[in-house]
Amino acid sequence: MLEIKNLQASINKKSILKGLNLTIKPGELHAIMGPNGSGKSTLANVLSGKNGYEISGEINYKGENLKKIPVDERARKGIFLAFQYPLEIPGVNTNIFLKTSLNSIRKSKGEKELDTLEFLKLIKEKSTELGIDEKILSRQLNVGFSGGEKKKNEILQMKILDPNLIILDETDSGLDIDALKIVAKGVNSSRNSKKSFLVITHYQRLLDHIKPDFVHVLSDGKIIKTGCGELAEELEKTGYKKLN
Amino acid sequence: MKQQELEKTSEYKYGFTTDIESIRAPKGLNEEVIKFISNIKKEPKWMLDWRLKAFSRLKNIKEPNWQKPKYPKINYQDLYYYSAPKSAQDKPKSLEEVDPKLIETYKKLGIPLKEQEKLAGVAVDAVFDSVSVATTFKDKLTEKGIIFCPISEAIQKHPDLVKKYLGSVIPITDHYFATLNSAVFTDGSFVYIPKGIRCPMELSTYFRINASETGQFERTLIIADKGSYVSYLEGCTAPMRDENQLHAANVELVALDDAEIKYSTVQNWYPGDKDGKGGIYNFVTKRGACRGKNSKISWTQVETGSAITWKYPSCILQGDNSVGEFYSIAITNNHQKADTGTKMIHLGKNTKSKIISKGISAGYADNTYRGLVDINKKAINARNYTQCDSLLMGNKCGAHTVPYIKNKNCSSIVEHEATTSKINEEQLYYCNQRGLNQEEAIGLIINGFCKEVLQQLPMEFAVEAQKLVGISLEGSVG
Repeated sequence: MLEIKNLQASINKKSILKGLNLTIKPGELHAIMGPNGSGKSTLANVLSGKNGYEISGEINYKGENLKKIPVDERARKGIFLAFQYPLEIPGVNTNIFLKTSLNSIRKSKGEKELDTLEFLKLIKEKSTELGIDEKILSRQLNVGFSGGEKKKNEILQMKILDPNLIILDETDSGLDIDALKIVAKGVNSSRNSKKSFLVITHYQRLLDHIKPDFVHVLSDGKIIKTGCGELAEELEKTGYKKLN
Repeated sequence: MKQQELEKTSEYKYGFTTDIESIRAPKGLNEEVIKFISNIKKEPKWMLDWRLKAFSRLKNIKEPNWQKPKYPKINYQDLYYYSAPKSAQDKPKSLEEVDPKLIETYKKLGIPLKEQEKLAGVAVDAVFDSVSVATTFKDKLTEKGIIFCPISEAIQKHPDLVKKYLGSVIPITDHYFATLNSAVFTDGSFVYIPKGIRCPMELSTYFRINASETGQFERTLIIADKGSYVSYLEGCTAPMRDENQLHAANVELVALDDAEIKYSTVQNWYPGDKDGKGGIYNFVTKRGACRGKNSKISWTQVETGSAITWKYPSCILQGDNSVGEFYSIAITNNHQKADTGTKMIHLGKNTKSKIISKGISAGYADNTYRGLVDINKKAINARNYTQCDSLLMGNKCGAHTVPYIKNKNCSSIVEHEATTSKINEEQLYYCNQRGLNQEEAIGLIINGFCKEVLQQLPMEFAVEAQKLVGISLEGSVG
């Protein structure tokens, strides 16, 4: 699904990722943990294709080098990033945003675009499944949403857009336990042999609900340790310092 | 060469001309030309006298130049003041009799008259160049006593109404362009809604400038008698031109006691090419008088075209408890310039006005909101709320807000809010990450920014306007 080789990234001449290697196979869920400033969010941004980074190395997604492919095209190819800080877009109804997004993705796949009725049915189904109040969808996109509502909205979008490679950028931070469970439910119910996840998190608590296949520790722009679920528990006890 | 031409055409979707032979008045501005126009319209003497009076006053009025966008001097002797499609000589009795070329032009514009007649329930008084060629739905309106016809016809058939109201909101000598219009106006719409009648459909007119070097001087007069209601839509596109074309229409609205007029405009005239060459000068005078108590006039405008847009649809709130509203979206891209806003003149007691203005600038464009809120001594408890938001795209464009507030009354409340913001890269990134391309993302964000105004438009217009908003800004971020 995803193969990253010797990825280096810098912004404003400041080097952030310094030779990162990572392979994610279809169906796998990888967690990336690491201290503040280790490059976790940069990795998420670079994978999604955000402008402004100087990049070298290789990112192959489904066998294709992503280097020259812009953000929107990557999204249409099935890469989804759940934002750490979802953006507010005043005046834009969440439903309309999501419908435009979904149809844009469906169109590029050669699938039929959904009409309003079909779309609303899909929304209803997915929000009920996750236990999210669909009322938030008739509000302006993320405007006046609480932190938890924003994150839940990201997960709902993930469910509806049905991507293949899902990157969660600290989706768990700032969530209460109920919201955390909704996020976990969204992820767990989406896991299948065709989808891969890259879950960026500070805390082990999300991994109590989502069982990763691999846990990586990112420090100073490199993966310094890889293990399975127990590594996260260990980190929770000992902190990152001991690893250095 | 051919390739180039094709590319040019694709840039401006509606840039085409039809080769219908035009009948023209001789070039130039003089009494003879005014008599020619009056004669060809078969006007009564009082109308000709009215025109000539305006013309004689025009000689003593100077063209204003206080506006922000400057333009090259216009040689008024070098323009044609009348041109009509030949087929209009024998006015068609039905759509079937209309020159098929004209119908085709409308089809290209996406205005299938016949379909509109059946589907949308909209009566269309279409102006092709200077002459109205087709008026539909007449019977349905006649039943209710509503008059909706070309103003040239109203001058002949309803002289009392025209005499009473024409020039009563925009006086003949108001300012240079209004006076010029009074002298040489060619055609336009006339609407009269009788007492207590609610007009059963949206009234709509499509204006279109076609013959080259022809200044267009439409004249529209809408009268809503006591307790009546009407919603009027105006939308325009124009073919590609190299020469600048002057458009100086006059629109007068009169609302009597308890009457309401809603006037919506979507303006998409040729804005000139990417380098600012060509394009229409849109110097329109629009003014409404809330003459009766509890009357209401609401202007909604979506301005995306023209090289220079220079207009201030205004409300004179004479009647007690009358209400004036102005909702505006002005989009300027490339080298377009706009100096637009409104005037709310509060004269009556408890009069209220609301101004919502959204200005968007991209490329090298310059966008100015200029507005006047004038509260008279006698306008006890008058109330105004103004909100002006500007959005900048890129760093070579400009946005300016010039509010004038005159308050001579201590019982009144005037509020003014203004914001200026830039389109946010992070918002675009977020939209892109959800699979929207740059254009879709911009369209979405801009439509969100303009939402309060778009909501004011009648349904069928709103959809069209939303698309237009996106199209107007294509390629402006990248």
